[in-house]
Amino acid sequence: MSGTDTTTTAGTATRAEYCVLACAEAWRDAGEILASPMGTVPMIGARLAKLTFSPDLLLTDGEARLIADVPAIGAAPRVVEGWLPYRQHLALVTTGRRHVMMGASQIDRYGNQNISCIGDWAQPKRQLLGVRGAPVNTLNNPTSYWIPKHSTRVFVERVDMVCGVGHDRAAAAGPSASRYHRLSDVISDLGVFDFETPERTMRLRSLHPGVTVEEVVAATGFALTVPDDVPYTREPTAEELRLIREEIDPKGLRDREVPS
Amino acid sequence: MTPEEVVGRLGSGMTIGIGGWGSRRKPMALVRALLRSDLTDLTVVSYGGPDVGLLAAAGKIRKLVTAFTTLDSIPLEPHFVAARQRGAFELVELDEAMVMWGLTAAVHRLPFMPIRAGLASDVMTVNPSLRTITSPYADREELVAVPALRLDAALVHLNRADTHGNGQYLGPDPYFDDLFCEAADAAYVSCERIVETPELLKDTGPQSLLLKRAFVDGVVETPNGAHFTSCAPDYDRDEAFQRAYVKAARDPEAWREFTARFLSGDEDAYQAAVAAFHEEEA
Repeated sequence: MSGTDTTTTAGTATRAEYCVLACAEAWRDAGEILASPMGTVPMIGARLAKLTFSPDLLLTDGEARLIADVPAIGAAPRVVEGWLPYRQHLALVTTGRRHVMMGASQIDRYGNQNISCIGDWAQPKRQLLGVRGAPVNTLNNPTSYWIPKHSTRVFVERVDMVCGVGHDRAAAAGPSASRYHRLSDVISDLGVFDFETPERTMRLRSLHPGVTVEEVVAATGFALTVPDDVPYTREPTAEELRLIREEIDPKGLRDREVPS
Repeated sequence: MTPEEVVGRLGSGMTIGIGGWGSRRKPMALVRALLRSDLTDLTVVSYGGPDVGLLAAAGKIRKLVTAFTTLDSIPLEPHFVAARQRGAFELVELDEAMVMWGLTAAVHRLPFMPIRAGLASDVMTVNPSLRTITSPYADREELVAVPALRLDAALVHLNRADTHGNGQYLGPDPYFDDLFCEAADAAYVSCERIVETPELLKDTGPQSLLLKRAFVDGVVETPNGAHFTSCAPDYDRDEAFQRAYVKAARDPEAWREFTARFLSGDEDAYQAAVAAFHEEEA
């Protein structure tokens, strides 16, 4: 079994560029909300979305400023349009006017995510960051995930600690938990995933060109829903490629996160 | 005051809040003074950075209340990681908004604050003492009751202050330093420079005055006192030194050498050793 459209070629875009495009799509039609990308590829994606199909997005400089222009990754903004220190950022999360794309050290088929620790929480085998804002994010505003290296170590049957809340847990905890809970996209170096199944479990939505369904299934540690016809992630337009390569990421930092 | 005098007001077993955020504007000179003291058994409340790392490495922490511990440009704090992996202290792991609301509840002298964050996550599992509360209104929503995080003492670092305790931040983010001070029975502020009160507003507006003197019990002038964390606009994070810290922290022998070189004398000795480190690196 392989991607259904076997005639599609990888074209001229690199894998990292398909990933950028897939991340940008997460913010399509999002309107006038804050895009909070975590990681280099999502950051390029958010900026691409703002420069093309989602011009009303708010972006930050990664610290306390809202930026009015779209500088290259690592460059200073020319125009600051607002102030968003941490305490206001935490408040903004609860207004829902934000779509965050977080990383995940582990994620399961319901979208439960872990960035805290691996192993037994009481004395972990590997201590990671801690829950950070994953609980507040997932219960309040749309949340997507970016996973630069798709593997069975990340896509696991059960996460060791639920930081970001998945569909099963949100439903079980009742209306206050599920009211504003919305998991959108999971994007990896292999493809794009969502939760559009009756049980709200992870489904393969598209393969990046050059990737097969077998590869994805082998790199996923749980039963993934694979539709009969799996499309490829769409091709970037010439203008999108130009924006990525010349305006947003001229230093090619995307290739460090997703090697070709 | 001096950093030693601040630490002299603290006691073993206290609950101490540390301001800043990650590897940003941490009261590192005061943390270094804590390291030199024989205080122990501390409960630390912090948006964790190298403050947590250093105190953990020195075995000062009995219990840590935090949402994360990070060095920002280097995601994982090596001493925090090692301490957790050897089960060195008790952890109260909360969402970062929960920490803010816990401090806010303490400031408001309320027993708790209702918040959505935490529901359905393992924050509720690993903190079995956390309770929920049901809205008395028609919505009947069930929310987390984040308990007040009342502090015995707070330690924060700002850009400027006067001797009375009016404290000023000049960078882009106040973090939560005012909440830490107002949630504490006693608050101590280190700053880059103590200035006369009329000087505070010479170049900037009143909204930069984060701390009111009624909530501050002691002021210490510690130039470069947030080092190696950032203290914008006075200085950025010392990335080279932070990298050296991380490298040393990953190896016991290297950490002994680092401690001997940087953490065995007073604050002046530390700053001199840092200056020498940069001369060598140049």
